[in-house]
Amino acid sequence: MDMDAVLLARIQFAFTITFHIIFPSFSIGLAAFIATLLVRWRMTGKEHFRKLARFWTKIFAVSFAMGVVSGIVLSYQFGTNWAGFSTVAGNIVGPLMGYEVLMAFFLEATFLGIMLFGWERVSPNLHVASAILVALGTSMSAFWILAANSWMQTPDGFEMRNGIAYPVSWFHIIFNPSFPYRFAHMFTAAYLTTSVVVLAVGARYLVTNRFIEESKTMIRMGLGMVAVLAPLQLFIGDQHGLNTAEYQPVKLAAMEAHWDGSKPAELVLFAWPDAKAETNHLEIGIPHLGSLIITHNPDGLFKGLKDFKPDERPALLPIFFAFRVMVGIGLLLIAIGLTGAYLWWRGMLFNATWYLKPLTYAWPLGFVAIISGWWVTETGRQPYLVYGILKTVDAASPVSFGAVLTTLILFVIIYTSVFSIGILYINRLIEKGPQGKAIAVDGNPSLGAHPLTAAQGATRSALGSEE
Amino acid sequence: MDIVSYMLPLVWAAILAVAVTLYVILDGFGLGLGILFHFERREGQRDVIMNTIAPFWDGNQTWLVLGGGGLLAAFPKAYGVIMSGLYIPIIVMLLALVFRGVAFEFRWVAKPRQEFWDLAFSWGALVAAFSQGVVLGGLLQGLAVQGDRFAGGTFDWLTPFALFCGVGLVVGYALLGTTWLIYKTDGELQDWARNLAKIALLLVVAATAIISLWTPLTVPRIAERWFTWPDIALFAPVPLLVIYAAWRCWHGIENIGNDAEPFIAAVALFLLGFVGLLISNVPYLVPASMTVWEAAAAPGSQLFMLVGTLLLLPIILGYTIFVYWTFRGKVRAGEGYH
Repeated sequence: MDMDAVLLARIQFAFTITFHIIFPSFSIGLAAFIATLLVRWRMTGKEHFRKLARFWTKIFAVSFAMGVVSGIVLSYQFGTNWAGFSTVAGNIVGPLMGYEVLMAFFLEATFLGIMLFGWERVSPNLHVASAILVALGTSMSAFWILAANSWMQTPDGFEMRNGIAYPVSWFHIIFNPSFPYRFAHMFTAAYLTTSVVVLAVGARYLVTNRFIEESKTMIRMGLGMVAVLAPLQLFIGDQHGLNTAEYQPVKLAAMEAHWDGSKPAELVLFAWPDAKAETNHLEIGIPHLGSLIITHNPDGLFKGLKDFKPDERPALLPIFFAFRVMVGIGLLLIAIGLTGAYLWWRGMLFNATWYLKPLTYAWPLGFVAIISGWWVTETGRQPYLVYGILKTVDAASPVSFGAVLTTLILFVIIYTSVFSIGILYINRLIEKGPQGKAIAVDGNPSLGAHPLTAAQGATRSALGSEE
Repeated sequence: MDIVSYMLPLVWAAILAVAVTLYVILDGFGLGLGILFHFERREGQRDVIMNTIAPFWDGNQTWLVLGGGGLLAAFPKAYGVIMSGLYIPIIVMLLALVFRGVAFEFRWVAKPRQEFWDLAFSWGALVAAFSQGVVLGGLLQGLAVQGDRFAGGTFDWLTPFALFCGVGLVVGYALLGTTWLIYKTDGELQDWARNLAKIALLLVVAATAIISLWTPLTVPRIAERWFTWPDIALFAPVPLLVIYAAWRCWHGIENIGNDAEPFIAAVALFLLGFVGLLISNVPYLVPASMTVWEAAAAPGSQLFMLVGTLLLLPIILGYTIFVYWTFRGKVRAGEGYH
């Protein structure tokens, strides 16, 4: 396959996986949130917990459906786009994916049926158990996928024979050097992302005086998580960075836009890294702070980009800027969490409109941070697909330029339209709120243009009365 | 070849065969219901049709992920060749499944303006079913392989035979869908399904007959397998059983009483078709170019996966049956969570 087709295949994969990661990032935390609400409902008997759980379950269903359909695409794209990858790394990555399907995907997909449709059909305990199993499934799914991804970043526990990777130690394959850090970082990010959404929705209701009791529960639960997890994430992220410094130094040099490894590094706050001139333009930096963060010593040295041949360096701009977006959002979330915790402690939280009103717009923050973080780590692995073993160029499928271009256009059109509509629908569900009656026949302006037929009305009232 | 590296690929081929069969049957009736959407325009009836599958579709579809993931894990070379060689129909199938899948949820949120998602559901199912048939046909024809890589062109799969296999699978899924409705509904909707099931059954019998003759005519290797003595006597029960299953299916559709019979018979028809495919293609995984042993992953990888599969597959089957049992019985208007 020629270079252009490889580039298109990369764009296609980046596009489909970027869209996909939005939904699991949300579902992992949301499943746990719903399970927690249901457990609290069983323990306290307070009806508003159940109402909230039911409300978020509808949103979960829409998000989960988008995650499933975009995930299936990925499980086939390893072959359609990267047949060389399946040949070289299939022995290792294949079983990890297989375990993901067997341990996690079936569990969540099957018990989702009971979680969605079992409200009146099964006993409350079985229903709560199903929600917990769905949450468990999403977490185990993350475990195996991140094991596979981490192995591609820091491969371990294998040997190469005739250009093909063979397993030697499954323990070392799964618990490869970057896995514990990546898992902790992504898992915390997923919980943080959902917590911010819950907090933002709670704030949205409270500032408009709707669902007061429910909104306060959401704000307390969301804020509690953000106040704890956002600072914790800073620590985990730092540890992950140290791991990257050890195993993928060129990625770290690109993140920091650090060129000369013989001098202590600045912390570059802003710059325009220039790969050709091998320097940073418009740089604003704090001397020695980069070294302090990476080596925990103000005069410590770590490798710079010039220590690597140009064709071994990844693309600088996406890594450099995406990293700053991620860290910036992380710091913002710490500020949100600590400010909120202070207001809560002083008993002013629910009256602090100046704090709550901007929060209603905060819901996308976690998603943007997660996508940025993945761009850093995936772009930073280039030019390798499996770090140090298999170059991306050599992994591409023997598929024609025209075929990849056509499908790329289809993916872009279909994903942007379908998933944008899905996100609009989630917004519509949020706008409707956690009502006793899920389908409001009255007060829905869109009904005016379409008079109900008898059948529609009957269905709707039947659906409503079942709530 | 030692006994382990001889047996492991065979065991894995059997596991994948089970996964693909379960997918084709379970998502087959789900896609079949989508195909039926083309013939039923009333919203209330469509709601019921969808609700007969809504709690199960996600689990059903997961067998497709196991098919893909299992193929990657156990036979990575075949995975690479098949996905590259059948690139277009596979991507089209995946995109069609995107529309079909999201429609399950979007349709209810969009109400009363769900027309677009009704179309997404019905056309998504139709295109996905057709593409899966084309993939099957493309595989039966064989793929050009050189040194573990696909070496053919983008449109090698595009033949009248492969397209006809697509049509065959569409009518097959329609039969599964109609007979599932006979089992899960009653009253007017069930009567409607009975009428359509008869048409679907006749089309399935015709398509099966045509494909059974066309395949050996196109692929000499398969003709040799079926039409030489004593194999012809050994394999003769398969077509005879097909005739018996088709007759039982018709009988069940005609005679009200045992509502499960048509569906069971339709499943039997699919299983027999699968047996026929196995007879035609053993030991090839990519017909005529890659056997299960040539495509196999390292024994260490297959063994590692096998341990988990033997442990987890019974559990998966157990809770799948449990969920079907939980939502047993007839589905009527007004049931659902939305």
